Formats: sequence, C-alpha cells, structure tokens
Amino acid sequence: MHITSNPWIWIGVFFTFSVLSFLYKDNPFYKLAEHVTVGVSIGYFIVIWWTNTVYPRFIIPVFENHHFILIIPAILGLMMVLRIVPKWSWLSRYAICFTVGGGAGMGIPRSMQTSVLRQLQATMLPLNLSTTAGINNIIIFIGVLAVLIYFFFSKEHKGVFGGAAKLGIWFLMVGFGATFGYTVMARLSLFIGRVLFVLQDFLGIKLAG
Amino acid sequence: MLWKKQIPLAITFIMGVILGIQYFVPHRISDNLFNTYVDWGIVIGIFGGILAFISFYRVHYMRIKKKAPAWPYSVVAIGVSLVMILFGFIQGKETGTVFSNMYFYVLVSIEGTMFSLLAFYISSAAYRAFRARSVQATALLIAAVIVMLGRIPLGEPLSVWKLIWPAAPSFADIANWILNVPNMAAKRAMLLGIGLGMMMLSLKIILGIERSYMGSGD
Amino acid sequence: MKIDRRVIYLIIALAMILPFFFPMGLPIPATKEVKSVYNYIEGLTSNDVVIISADFDPSVSPELLPMFDAMFRHCLRKGVKVLVTSQMVQGPGLVEPIIHEAAKEYRKTNGVDYAFLGWQYGYSLVVINMMENLKQTYPTDYYGTRTDELPILRRVNNYEDYDLITSITGSSTYMMWLMYAHEPYNVPVACGVTAVSAADVYPYIQSGQFIGMLGGLKGAAEYETLIGEKRMATMGMEAQNWAHIAIILFIIIGNIGYIAIGRKKRGA
Repeated sequence: MHITSNPWIWIGVFFTFSVLSFLYKDNPFYKLAEHVTVGVSIGYFIVIWWTNTVYPRFIIPVFENHHFILIIPAILGLMMVLRIVPKWSWLSRYAICFTVGGGAGMGIPRSMQTSVLRQLQATMLPLNLSTTAGINNIIIFIGVLAVLIYFFFSKEHKGVFGGAAKLGIWFLMVGFGATFGYTVMARLSLFIGRVLFVLQDFLGIKLAG
Repeated sequence: MLWKKQIPLAITFIMGVILGIQYFVPHRISDNLFNTYVDWGIVIGIFGGILAFISFYRVHYMRIKKKAPAWPYSVVAIGVSLVMILFGFIQGKETGTVFSNMYFYVLVSIEGTMFSLLAFYISSAAYRAFRARSVQATALLIAAVIVMLGRIPLGEPLSVWKLIWPAAPSFADIANWILNVPNMAAKRAMLLGIGLGMMMLSLKIILGIERSYMGSGD
Repeated sequence: MKIDRRVIYLIIALAMILPFFFPMGLPIPATKEVKSVYNYIEGLTSNDVVIISADFDPSVSPELLPMFDAMFRHCLRKGVKVLVTSQMVQGPGLVEPIIHEAAKEYRKTNGVDYAFLGWQYGYSLVVINMMENLKQTYPTDYYGTRTDELPILRRVNNYEDYDLITSITGSSTYMMWLMYAHEPYNVPVACGVTAVSAADVYPYIQSGQFIGMLGGLKGAAEYETLIGEKRMATMGMEAQNWAHIAIILFIIIGNIGYIAIGRKKRGA
C-alpha cells in the first residue's frame, strides 16, 4: 500500500467521503459537495460551450467565412434568453416554435420507421414447432400480440380478449423482472467505481485484474 | 394575441409540415432546406445555452444578496465556477491542467458518489420492499433473480444441476433466453406503443393542440 | 425481522470491497451481442473509420468508461481510424484522460490515427449534420485545431465514409443514432448502454438495427476478455459477484419474513 501524494486525488477522496457521509445524515460537508459540483459543472459548461460551439460554429463562420445569414438564428437564440424577463418572455416562443415544430415534423417519419415499421417487420418471423428458433419465434409473436392487447384500453378486457391481456401481463412481469435484475448491476457498478478509485488511486493498492 | 400566440403557432405548423414532407422529397432544394434548418437549429441552441448560466448566476446571486439560509455555499458555487472558467481559458482543457483535474477529481468524484448511493438504497429496498405479494409478482422476482445470477461470473458455478446433467442450460443460458424472448417481446410491444405515441404527440404539437412547450401566459 | 438500514449498508459495502482482496478470477465468457460488436471491429481495416460517441456523464461513468476504454483500445490496436465525439456536454471531460493514456500506450498520434472532436450542441441536429458534412459540424476538434487540417479527416466527409458508429450512453441517446444515422443513411450502429437500459435494447438487436450491444459492466468485462486486456471492468465484476449474492439473500430473507408473518396472522 502506498498512499498517493497527488493533491487532486486527496481532494477527490475528500469529496467522495463527504457525499458518502449523507448515508448517515445530511451535514455541512455534503452541502459543500453539492454546491461545489454545481459550480464546477457550470464553469465546465461555459468553457466547453465557448471553445467547442460558439467559436467554431458562429464566430468563425460569421466573421471569417462571412456567412452573415447565421446572425438570424443567433438573434432567435438570444430571444430565448428573454424567457427570464416576464414582460418579454413571449419573444422566446419564436425560437422555441421554430425548433420544436421542425423537430416534431422531422420526428414523425423517423420514429415511424425506427420504432414501428422496423419493429413490426422484425416480428414477422418464421413460426414452426420443429426447431428451438421456431418455438422461440412463436413465443415472441404471441408475446408481442398479448402485450399490445393488454395496452388496448378502449375495449373491456373480457372473454378471449381479457385472457390475451392476462397473458400480456405475464410477459410484462417477466420483462420488468429482467429489467430489474439487470438494473441491480447498474446500481452496484456505481459504488464499485468509487471503491476502485479509493483503493487503487488513493491507497495505491495493486488489485489483481 | 397575434404576435404572442397565433404567429408562434403558425411557425410551429409551417415548420412541422415542411420538415415532415421533406423526408419524402429527394430533391436538392429539399435537402438544402433541411440542411439550413439543421444549421439554424444548432446556432439557436448554442445561444439558447446562455439561459443556463444566466439562471445559475441569478439564483445564487439573489441568495447571497438576500442572505438566504446557507448563502455562504452560494459564494462557494460562484467562486468555484469562476476558477474553472479562468483556468479553462488560460491553461486549456488537456489532461493535467487545473480545468481537467477539477473536472475529473471534483465533479466526477462528487457526481459519481452521489449516484453510487443508489447501490445502498437498492439493497435496503431489496430487503424491505421486494415482496412476492401475488403470483405475478413472484414471476417478476424469479425472472429478476435468474437474470441477476445469469449476469455474474458466479452464475456458472452456481448452476449445480450441470454436475448431474452437463447439457442442461446454466443460469446464464436461461437469463439469455429470458432477455432474448419474453423480455424482448414485452419491450417490443411497449416500443410500438411508444413509437405511435411519439408520432401522435408530434402531430398534436404541429396542429397546435399541444402547447405546453410555449410556456404559460397569453 | 427488522434490520437497521445502516447494517444493510455495511453488509453491502463489505460485499463490494472485500472481493478486491480475495478475487475469484472466474472466467467471463462473451455473449453473442458483445461478440457481434467485437467481430465487426475485428473485420475492419486501417482504411475504415469508426465513430465512438461518448454520450454519457459522470453519473454512469463507472459502467461506461470501461466500455469506451476497451473499444477505443481495440480500434487503436487494429489501426482503425477512430473519431471520438459526444452528445453530452460532460462526455469529453470524462474520456479525454482515457484517450490520452491509450494513445500514449499504443503510440498513436492525435489527428493522424484518431481525432477527438468533442461536444457540439444540438443532439439530433448534430447527428444529422455529421451525416451530411462532418467538418461543418466540427470545424475544430476538442483542442481547437481546425478539422480540415487534420490528416485523419482528409478523406472523411460524410456518412459514406463511416464504417461503424458506436453510441455509448446512459440514456436513450442510442435512439437518436438509430433514427437519424442508421435508418436514413444505413450506417451500421452499435451501442454500449448501462445495465438499466440494456434489457430495452434487445428488440433493436433482434431486428438488426443494432449490430450488437455492450450491456453494463458485464458487457465491458466481456469486451475486455475478447481483446485480451483485463482492466477496470473485469476487476469490477469481482465485487459484482458477492454484491449480487448479498442482494438475492436480502430478497429471500425479506420474503421469508413476509410469508412467515402472513402465516402467523392467518393462524391467529
């Protein structure tokens, strides 16, 4: 074990334990960490915003390449900032409507293609009982239909329709169970990352990989 | 009313119809129009980003000015942001600079640890709340446990029945089947619903039925 | 049986710390979803271009950074040209040290073997812009160098030049790449997602919209096994073993208690 002399790692460990102290109870160290993270985050955003977006996508095209037409969307963007002034906030609607309207129009054919047509196409599978793949395809086909029937609330879930909806619930339960089982790994990974930082980077313990 | 409501709604309608139809028109003019929209949309968003940091400085400045509870923390927040900006512009963003180190050792440490608390909350919830209250909830829990065991390397040695019947599927095989067959079927049906829902929402926005994006007021 | 939550926290903390000192070294066989991505990149040559989009922030970095690290190293080792972008503003800061370290180890040069393009505001608009004109989307790279001066981008202009796009994300940003890159332009897309989203991606894999997926820390560990470099993710899986067992035991004990109380009430 060899504790690091890098002051940045010491700072990282300090803040790690400041946040972990919240598990015991809220305290000034946690509050400090909260406010520091917000400050660092906004400072980071401003630097990246200027160097990676404003300068290359506006300053260079307008002032070096003379694409003065870009001043129009720049003005629209600045009008969005007026949202914080109650008397003039209605001016922000022009930019918002331009982007939201265009986004909505763009999204219709693309979400139809990606989420509906391609998925329907992929559900048209060869069904047979002679192979494992064929049996799996039957289960997939029935499952998709059953869950779609469950989500159709315009008709009462009675009789055959109700039976299909109940089968849909079973598929949903298995699906949510699978999601939950996978989610546990995600949550644990987050803490494992911190443990590795403290053990390897701070304490200098060589861990077998 | 005209300038505050009708014209913005008209802009939404016109942009929505044009960009919706544009997808199906393989003409150079259509492509140029689309590319212009994309360029303008990016520049609008770039300048709209100013709202983010104006809001931040406004909120914390007001807290300091009014000496609100915990106002010294707002001084820390503003001070730290100015340090980041100063070093970011003077020294640069490369690895080893103050900017990069503050990001990696301060922000990543804090944010990472904040979210890592979820590991503890999920374990507490596992003990207190995950109950097999019904047959279907039991099916959910069984599927969850199988997927959990199937996703860890320890799942293979724990599949003890393979000692007697080597050809039998292990936890990993069963978990893969659950994910690729019943889970996939359920998620696909939900996706179909979500896809259709997204299209309906987009249509409602274009037709002016859905107006929440415009904000409140007249 | 009531157990103080702090006891539960202590047990789970020990279950995640002790395994690092007593590793089991169990094998991590790759699933077919991960193998698909690996095999695809293995089949690429030094003339091919891979875009890796680090669309994540620090809250999910323990799962996704190892994925990015493994894929980036794989591409560098193969000699495939890599372009690194991000649709999340916090992404570039996270991956910059990883890129720096890997490039130093593999003796690769920025601008020649790989390019770090950074973040652009616009989400789906940036994706569309990239498909039509990469240098217009990113006039400079993350460090401020003009992209038309970078040798790696001399013959890379638009979607026709991209051989694979991988979105590594903790949210549904992968949908954006599907909708605006894969469907209209037919560019092959793969994804690396957190374990939270992994179960939702299977419909896209089965339909062929994604060529493959890396799911959670396990997916990253599988990829590390395939490339023969056991790093962060493989180490992390040691702790995953015992932490998972602990949580399963919590669920079982909790339910045994629940059933026992139910029986007692019915008996009374």
